[in-house]
Amino acid sequence: MLVKINTSFCKGCDICIEFCPTDVFEQSGTLNRKGYYVPVVARVEDCTGCRLCDLLCPELAIVITEEQGNGDVVADVDNDD
Amino acid sequence: MTEPRHRLMGYVREEIMPHRFCAGCGCGTVLNVFVNAVDELAMDPTRMVCVSGIGCSAWIPSPYFRSDTLHTTHGRPIAYATGVKIMRPDLNVVVIAGDGDIAGIGGNHLIHAARRNIDLSVLMVNNMIYGMTGGQVAPTTPLGVKTSTTPHRNIEPPFKVAEVVAAAGASYVARWTTYHVFQLKKAMQRAMTKKGFSFIEIVSQCPENYGRRIGLKTGAELLRKIKEQSVRVKKAQEMSEEELQHKIVVGELCDLDRPEFVTQLHEVTKEQVESFSLENAS
Repeated sequence: MLVKINTSFCKGCDICIEFCPTDVFEQSGTLNRKGYYVPVVARVEDCTGCRLCDLLCPELAIVITEEQGNGDVVADVDNDD
Repeated sequence: MTEPRHRLMGYVREEIMPHRFCAGCGCGTVLNVFVNAVDELAMDPTRMVCVSGIGCSAWIPSPYFRSDTLHTTHGRPIAYATGVKIMRPDLNVVVIAGDGDIAGIGGNHLIHAARRNIDLSVLMVNNMIYGMTGGQVAPTTPLGVKTSTTPHRNIEPPFKVAEVVAAAGASYVARWTTYHVFQLKKAMQRAMTKKGFSFIEIVSQCPENYGRRIGLKTGAELLRKIKEQSVRVKKAQEMSEEELQHKIVVGELCDLDRPEFVTQLHEVTKEQVESFSLENAS
């Protein structure tokens, strides 16, 4: 599992930190451009891919990518287009 | 540095993101779950009309959801949606608005739309207060809460909106919270595919104007409280009225097949047109 946070969307509400069943997220001392403290993905190896944070996030700021055996990316992540 | 992009960004108006909801507001979660539900159903947003009224929750579809939207006057989204559905029964009409809009100011529209069983999906975001206008008491505010218009304490019992709608004759009624995201997504999909009036009450958090008044400063704290207050319908049946006073009963309240209004209206119109032309012919 790959978990990323869109720091320009995040408003630091900490719902992901509070509700992640495996405590993947952690508070950080980093401010984003709007002055919110954004969380960091501290323990990505604990992620089970339940997607609770993905659905709970009010900002659509959490992006989860599933990586399969051959390294193929299932969900699209980058804003290359 | 390029920011990671959410896989469902195509369903929202990305050019105006991030949205204007407060940090930790449940309206953002409803938008998130709604785009997930639409994506999984493989629904075409160009075949949808989202109708909303006035208030924070009315901003969920208009402007953030990328479909045709109708942002209407306070309390009247169901009335406008009825008109849209009658003229264009081929479109999927979804009403997303708040508790003040749907249960407070537009309460009668809600009850009568449910009684007629019009094929609409109504998602009522219940944050238990009038959030946008500064925290006035709403018909859904729990007893004892201090608001800007009940500065001592609220003495009006809250409206059990989902139960009222079920009793009024709706086809599908459910109540979930912004914590129960997976159940809420399924309920939204059921509501949007169900023929007849479908209603989901979504108990949501307003950290700025409700949470702070009850001593919970962040959206996460308020959401945790909502989670702890939730009781499933089955369990609630064994509980007394007193035990249920500060609880939120979540689950499906009804799922029935009842005759639908728009289909019947078009049938009656067709019959009348046919009989009129027969009379003229003879």
